[in-house]
Amino acid sequence: MNVGNLFANYQEAIAMILFALGFSNLLLQKNLIKKIIGFNIMDSSVYLFLALKGYIKGHKAAIVVDGVQSVDAYINPIPSGLVLTGIVVSVSVTALMLSLTIRLYRRYHTLDIDRITMEVKKGGF
Amino acid sequence: MNFVRNLPLFCIILTLFSGPCSMILPAKKARILNLCVILAVGIMSFLVLLQVCISGGSYVYMMGHFPAPWGNEIRVGPLEAFMALFFCIIMLLSMVGGATERMAEIDESKENLYYVMVNLLLSSLIALIYTNDLFTAYVFVEINTISACGMIMIKQSGHTLEAATRYMIMSLLGSGMLLLGICFLYGLTGHLLMSNIKEAVAAIAAAGTYHAPLMVAVGLMCVGLAIKSALFPFHSWLPDAYGYSTVSSAAILSSLVSKGYIFLLIKIFYRVIGFDIICNSKIINIFFVFGIAGMMAGSISAAKEFNIRRMIAFSSVAQIGYIYMGFGLGTMLGVLASIYHILSHAATKSLLFISASGLSECSGDNKELAKLTGAGYRNPIAGMAFTVGALSMVGFPLFSGFISKILFAQAAVNQADKMLPTLIALALSTILNVIYFMRAVLVIYTPRKGIAAEERGYQRIRMGKDPGKSAVLVCFMLLNLVLGLMSQPIVELCSRGLGMFG
Repeated sequence: MNVGNLFANYQEAIAMILFALGFSNLLLQKNLIKKIIGFNIMDSSVYLFLALKGYIKGHKAAIVVDGVQSVDAYINPIPSGLVLTGIVVSVSVTALMLSLTIRLYRRYHTLDIDRITMEVKKGGF
Repeated sequence: MNFVRNLPLFCIILTLFSGPCSMILPAKKARILNLCVILAVGIMSFLVLLQVCISGGSYVYMMGHFPAPWGNEIRVGPLEAFMALFFCIIMLLSMVGGATERMAEIDESKENLYYVMVNLLLSSLIALIYTNDLFTAYVFVEINTISACGMIMIKQSGHTLEAATRYMIMSLLGSGMLLLGICFLYGLTGHLLMSNIKEAVAAIAAAGTYHAPLMVAVGLMCVGLAIKSALFPFHSWLPDAYGYSTVSSAAILSSLVSKGYIFLLIKIFYRVIGFDIICNSKIINIFFVFGIAGMMAGSISAAKEFNIRRMIAFSSVAQIGYIYMGFGLGTMLGVLASIYHILSHAATKSLLFISASGLSECSGDNKELAKLTGAGYRNPIAGMAFTVGALSMVGFPLFSGFISKILFAQAAVNQADKMLPTLIALALSTILNVIYFMRAVLVIYTPRKGIAAEERGYQRIRMGKDPGKSAVLVCFMLLNLVLGLMSQPIVELCSRGLGMFG
């Protein structure tokens, strides 16, 4: 284990720290809105990681301008495509989670998942 | 014959587009469209299976005229085609069998939305079975999760909403880990197609570099899919989700949704990483331990449960444990036993859910075991079906559960260090299964004492009252018998297909 590597690739390390933050928020928070925020942090950190994997220093975004077609001019476009796909997925999942949260809030007037579970177990509604 | 090669793609496209179409159709037409789509996909999968069996090989279907390292691909072999056909049969039977409850429990104006979910679910399952691209697999995993969540929450009660939320939270944790694992693997190998990744991984493993990142990637993907398919410590969402949703959803969720993820995991084992590398890592030992723990914990929770639907749901936890224990053996035979258990569990669990709904229907919609006393006499066909399902789960000869247990035992015998724990776990879990399933069977065949029950909804239900459901129960019983009595050709087909994976 080389600590120097960790500092040389500090961007990836930050992405992983963000992933851990988001993951633990999604797992441990009681508040549903905070859970959704945690989920978004987690997914964004993966996109940051992917974007870093595709980035080549000094190269430009993979859009052909002025007829320059050399490979050396552009970054790897595949991770960017994957990030776009992933963003679509996480947006739709966020929308679904928010709609579920709204329904639960209207029914039980709380955002705390544990209290909602208690209310459900008591057999209300 | 060349035309048949296109059919797997047609299956995915057809189900994907019939989803949005159902949204604008009225409920009745959407229902018919849904049945037609499942039937059509089933027939197409059968044709593909025939073609693959006759030509005796697998093929890779290139999409969009971009060759291998860049384009997207579909891979078709005997195992994939058989799985697609089998999933279609189970889904068709579950949809027909739960039709009456569904119409009663779902708001009329929202029923067509249910078929949107079912079509999308089928599409994602078929795509997971056929795809040869890891990122496509991830996208369809998410579609699978979203549509499964919709199928749980369509019955709008507090229980289902809470269960759907918990299901989503656990699934999102799992898919986050799966996505990170795929990204790690992409970073290591630079490929997304399974066959290309496998070559690159073999080169990495031979060179001995990057061992730790590779294991991290494999571990993330394995744990992610294990969370999503409700392996033991991650099963807390499962009983509520299966126990309170409408009966078709429960049958489809327990027998198909989790199996889609497990099939993807098998593909990752064989086609992405390579089975030798998986076996040499310690990951399979973790699967083995948690599989056995799941078998015990699931059965014990089921024995403590007196709600019949939740009892069957807890039994699913135990059966998922069996499947992961098969992976944990780390041999081809073990994986083969797991695949057979996927089939047998799918056929049995949907039978149990639908027959249990028949039993509570004739007992005033009660689901508590004590109130189902004598239900086997009031609804004879459901009682018989429940008995068949229970015997199959226990592992009684004649039925499918017996074959999968014997395959597990045979696989364990070849694996000296894991033989004893496997056999002991099989025996203990069989005893536990007997305790709770036979208790339920005894209760439904105990004559009911006391009268004046009619006004509380206790009634006799004849076979002709709901012909669709009776027919479905008969079909499921036959399917169980077929899997139990004619296992040899199916096992051979599966092992041939698995051999082509490697």
